[in-house]
Amino acid sequence: MTSAPPTMPRLRRGDRIFRGVSVAAGVVILSVLVLVAVFLVFKALPALDPSVHIESTPNGFLAFVGPLVFGTLFSATLALVFATPLSIGIGLFISHYAPRRIASALGYVIDLLAAIPSVVYGLWGIQVFAPFIQPVYQWMSDNWGFLPIFEGPVSGTGRTILTVGVVLAIMILPIMSALAREVFLQTPRLHEEAALALGATRWEMIHMAVLPFARSGLLSAAMLGLGRALGETMAVAMVLSPAAAVSFKLLTSENPSTIASTIALDFPEASGLDVNALIAAGLVLFAITMVVNSFARAIVTRQRVKMGEN
Amino acid sequence: MTTIHGRATSLTKGIVLTLFISGMTISFFISAVTRGDGEIVPLGIFALGMVVFGLLVVPASWLVEGRRKAINRTMTGLVFSAFGFALIPLVSLVWTVVTLGLARFDGQFFGSSMRNIVGAGGGALHAVIGTLEITLIAAVISIPIGLLTSVYLVEYGRGRFSNWVTTMVDVMTGIPSIVAGLFAFAMFSLFFGPGVRMGVAGAVALSVLMIPVVVRSSEEMLRLVPNELREASLALGVPKWLTIVRVVIPTAIGGLVTGIMIAIARVIGETAPLLIVAGFTQSMNYNPFSERMMTLPVFVYNSYSSQGTDAQAYIDRAWAGALTLIVIVMALNLGARIVSRVFRPAGNH
Repeated sequence: MTSAPPTMPRLRRGDRIFRGVSVAAGVVILSVLVLVAVFLVFKALPALDPSVHIESTPNGFLAFVGPLVFGTLFSATLALVFATPLSIGIGLFISHYAPRRIASALGYVIDLLAAIPSVVYGLWGIQVFAPFIQPVYQWMSDNWGFLPIFEGPVSGTGRTILTVGVVLAIMILPIMSALAREVFLQTPRLHEEAALALGATRWEMIHMAVLPFARSGLLSAAMLGLGRALGETMAVAMVLSPAAAVSFKLLTSENPSTIASTIALDFPEASGLDVNALIAAGLVLFAITMVVNSFARAIVTRQRVKMGEN
Repeated sequence: MTTIHGRATSLTKGIVLTLFISGMTISFFISAVTRGDGEIVPLGIFALGMVVFGLLVVPASWLVEGRRKAINRTMTGLVFSAFGFALIPLVSLVWTVVTLGLARFDGQFFGSSMRNIVGAGGGALHAVIGTLEITLIAAVISIPIGLLTSVYLVEYGRGRFSNWVTTMVDVMTGIPSIVAGLFAFAMFSLFFGPGVRMGVAGAVALSVLMIPVVVRSSEEMLRLVPNELREASLALGVPKWLTIVRVVIPTAIGGLVTGIMIAIARVIGETAPLLIVAGFTQSMNYNPFSERMMTLPVFVYNSYSSQGTDAQAYIDRAWAGALTLIVIVMALNLGARIVSRVFRPAGNH
């Protein structure tokens, strides 16, 4: 950043205009966000009035959005459970295990995969993955069915919440691994070399030097992945066969649906107050993702303070 | 082999290789015995072989090299298998999109719309046009706002207002795409009544998603411009705004273009907001200011979700649309990489 000279000359007109325009752009950003909130709240309010009867929410808005919130959190959590260990593994592979020449190419390929549109993941999930995994579900239910989460009857199509969790995990894997790799690569070289010089094996070095340094970075990567999975629409809308149930069973065809996918599926056909109910549901989703993202930001900020902004 | 007091202390490559071969052989026999049909699945045998190999190496290493080395080998194995495991779905995805997409990746697909098409034939021209127009409008809205905001943050921003802008850009980054669609719908329905569907509304929704990406990447690029350049220009009496326009931005232009292309690649595949505010149609619509407008991602979704009598024709079109999308996204990403190579600032070692 430029520092202002001690005696500021009179601002030229061009300077004033340019400065004004760029400040205006910042104002636009602020006002867009305010507008988003205002418009959504404005459109959502009619659906929150308990005295009106809305066809799609016969028992009130909370009874409508409650199961959806559960489904949203549940599917995103499943995705995170699968994606976190794998992305740490991939990140470590690229940063500390793979030969350097391959590593940079792999990093680039992973960046490319992060750009694949979600509708493509959805198409793959329903056409390729769900039919492929269905027999596995049958086997899991037959053998581990005594556990409540694997209880039958098994869905015949494989379009269950577990499939959604796996597809979401695959979708957030590229971005999470990319972040994990970045964090691992920032480990101070001296720490690593010190550990190795003391005779540590490669894993001990990673365990002692890399992982402690990366902990908060990994946490915020996981939070960002969670934010993505919460807001993901198309893949869930295409893969899941929804039933608006609140259930932890992973393999049946009675699956909890998510907010985003319900909006996508119902909105094109909705009219009247149904639209307002869906917008209110969208507002709830916005609030949830905002909480998750600000949590992630708080972690990053605390890390910066601790590490002295390096 | 290193020895201490006549005892081996490390596994040589030869031993590891022997264990690897025996792992694969055991796996081969296991699958030959359990699968009576004699069918051979090379990938399955390889995966099982790796597991058996691991079960052989780790105890061997534990006995010969001790606990620490054994743990090290286990973790190495886990990291490699995490990578291999994650690769399977991603390779499968790319492979299926390419092989299934090629079936309808032809002239008719890019030369005709879906108007009056039932069953086979037809194409996605209307969707390609819609995607190009909507993305272009979104880019026209987002690039100036995003670029100027990053100029503000880097060149002028100090104090509370710039902190606010930074925070808001962060918040905007986290807006789920469907919420952006709902916002555009809520805004346009105020002016055009309920049930509004038009291309521009889709472009506004995409802009909400695109602006923060542009701000972030441009900000990073502008901060990379060395301060000496700015100071030299200011010292020569060049006004600050001309310094920014003539010195700072040209220096960073490669990075700025790269960031913008990646931002476009990110929004061009968005489905949910367009499904909500741009709607879907089977016909050509060149006018983004009225009526429904088809886009490629929505085309893929719609072809799949409402299959007609000849379901295979619809699914083939969906895959061809998916392939088109991936080709566009990859082209934008590769283009961005080439641009950043070409414009790499000279003498900045």
